[in-house]
Amino acid sequence: MAETIHVGHAEEHGHHDHHEMSFLEKYVFPLDHKMIAMQYMFTGMFMALIGGFFAYAFRMQLAFPGMDVPFWGVVTPADYNALVTSHGSVMIFWVAMPVLIAAFGNYLIPLMIGADDMVFPKINRLSYQIFLISAIIIIASFFVEGGAFGGAWTAYPPLSTKAQYSLTPIGSTMWITAVALEFVAFLLGGINFITTAMNSRAPGMKMWDIPMVVWMIVIASILFMLSVGPLLAGGIMMIFDQQLGTAFFDPDRGGDPILWQHLFWFFGHPEVYVVLLPAVGIVAEVMTVFSRKKLFAYKTVLYTAIGTGVLSFTVWAHHQFIAGIDPRMANVFTVTTLLISVPIAEMMFVYIATLYGGKITLTTPMLWALAFVFEFLIGGITGIFLGASGNDIYMHDTYFVLAHFHYTFYPIAIIGTYAGFTFWFPKMFGKMMNDGLGKLHFWLTIIPFNLIFLPLFVLGASGQHRRIYDYTNFPELAQPWQQDLRQLATISLVVMLGAQVIFFYNVIKSWMSGPPAGKNPWNSGTLEWTATSPPPHGNWPEGLPTCYRGPYEYSHPDHDKDYWPQNEPA
Amino acid sequence: MSARPIATTRSAAGMPTARLAVWWIIASEIVIFGGLLGSYIMHRLAHGVWADYAAATNPWIGGFNTFVLLTSSLMAVLGHQAAERGDGPRAAKMLYLTCGGGLLFICVKAYEWTTEISHGMTITANTFWSFYYTAAGIHALHVIAGCIIMLFVAQTAKKNLELHRVEIIGIYWHFVDVVWIFLFPLLYIAK
Repeated sequence: MAETIHVGHAEEHGHHDHHEMSFLEKYVFPLDHKMIAMQYMFTGMFMALIGGFFAYAFRMQLAFPGMDVPFWGVVTPADYNALVTSHGSVMIFWVAMPVLIAAFGNYLIPLMIGADDMVFPKINRLSYQIFLISAIIIIASFFVEGGAFGGAWTAYPPLSTKAQYSLTPIGSTMWITAVALEFVAFLLGGINFITTAMNSRAPGMKMWDIPMVVWMIVIASILFMLSVGPLLAGGIMMIFDQQLGTAFFDPDRGGDPILWQHLFWFFGHPEVYVVLLPAVGIVAEVMTVFSRKKLFAYKTVLYTAIGTGVLSFTVWAHHQFIAGIDPRMANVFTVTTLLISVPIAEMMFVYIATLYGGKITLTTPMLWALAFVFEFLIGGITGIFLGASGNDIYMHDTYFVLAHFHYTFYPIAIIGTYAGFTFWFPKMFGKMMNDGLGKLHFWLTIIPFNLIFLPLFVLGASGQHRRIYDYTNFPELAQPWQQDLRQLATISLVVMLGAQVIFFYNVIKSWMSGPPAGKNPWNSGTLEWTATSPPPHGNWPEGLPTCYRGPYEYSHPDHDKDYWPQNEPA
Repeated sequence: MSARPIATTRSAAGMPTARLAVWWIIASEIVIFGGLLGSYIMHRLAHGVWADYAAATNPWIGGFNTFVLLTSSLMAVLGHQAAERGDGPRAAKMLYLTCGGGLLFICVKAYEWTTEISHGMTITANTFWSFYYTAAGIHALHVIAGCIIMLFVAQTAKKNLELHRVEIIGIYWHFVDVVWIFLFPLLYIAK
């Protein structure tokens, strides 16, 4: 106890001098971690709308070839390539990353570990500014001569390095520049997250008292940091190949195009887990609160996440089974790929065990969390088909692959985000969201989502190859039943995009005139719910909390209330 | 300038925040250089002819630059010692000397590259020279960035303020040094 008082006293010196901040200081160049989180969140959501619009434009072309697409016009082959490339790049780098890691990381880490801010607020601000510049560059590439880069989000050379093949002399360099800048932004942000979580925890918060979502974001940041470096170097090599005429990836002049594939996927596969882990963490928080139970096997989940992270560095070549790699290596990567499904499956079992016997309330965030487990399972199981190299030789680059990774990325980036956003909305804006509208939005998103991608599994298994502009050129791929399924997928996409209007209406309406949330509307035990909603700059002006117990003490037999906040003395 | 958040002053991991962060920065830099040098080594093993290209590099100039960087790292250590004793002005002086080493390194490098380019060994000559200029160029950017940061640190250290920063920039400078210790044998000596 004496030590606690001592710490509290020592911390007095750090208090902020409060002064009225101008609009620019508060909203445009903020140092407050919550405001930077909001910048990331809304930039990410804006980019999601752009990425969704791209998908709409090229799906219309596939379902109704040659049609004059409303709001876009006729999709030319060059347009089509630019749209699919930008859809993939935007959704991964400018939606999943900023929302799941940067927005939730920035918002939750200081609040959940009981700190007043990140350890480096200025680096935090710089991180967002670099990210914003990268987002502007990727959008601007649509308006330069030759248009946006169209060589797929994997940017394999020589298509990406030689202007005479890609026909986008400026767009391809803008694409790789934007991606490299985005990496720099998240390296800065990641160092901030890791250091904050390691060093700035509330007095009394031990390793096993840290909420799971904080652990997950930190592990994801470490994974990102350890995997992105080679691709950053590869990005510089690619820019030199494009602009200076070097031949790092040009086989005619002594280079090696496969080198890029290795550099890309050495990052690209851990990247899946970089975005998966924060979503898994968000789901853990939501599920424990709405089943009023302790997270089943906290330490096992944590070790599993670390194990997944280590394994994720050993699976990358399963993206390259038909790139001419040694078949003996393909066997090795098949084994590691199948192995990595074990820890992930274990996590899903842990969640089901958390639900078992709990007092479950089906609020909107809980529906999203349950949907995450359900939909991600489909993505995970179809991954086992593709991980087996023999089968992958047939499936590679078909819509089966596409449907598989949308069944992983969609639950992560969209369902996970909605679970987190609807769960922490009362904390972020101090108002409750409308639950009825939330559920309507949920069902109108989930049902069309399945109707988009289940048909694509069937089409993929029937041999439908990716990256084809117009299937009517291939009679065996343009049979009436196939075209019907394409139209079903496209119409479902339009319905799903339209349903997002409900979400934005709900956000704005609740923000303006929703019922006040109070400090702790969900009766949750973690520290962020002890601050006012929304928390002011500095989070706890009356003094930072001290931590006494783990984050998930629900329905504890020794306690009269059904939750026991982390900051409440025994 | 507003006060630091309390978060910055805590150290639950038992290490000052800035030192912890600089180690993570170095970890991420190791992966960047690791990817680049790993690619280089794979190419080098696959192409025996690169040994002939590497023979055209000048190990004496490279060796002299190694000596310059190592000496500057010694200055950084002496600066850290002075900062530990609370002697800000001497720490600042040592940092200026470290910077001087960095500047000499860049000047020698500029001379070396000018000579090589004028003999036709440009970045597009072949893939060995592409790696040579890319790896050494990225390293040189780190030297320049380190020098600029060091000048800021020295400015405040001179007034006996923020002396812990002397150690932090020193750790970074040693890292830049170690990268060169890897580059020098790989690019100049291995024939």
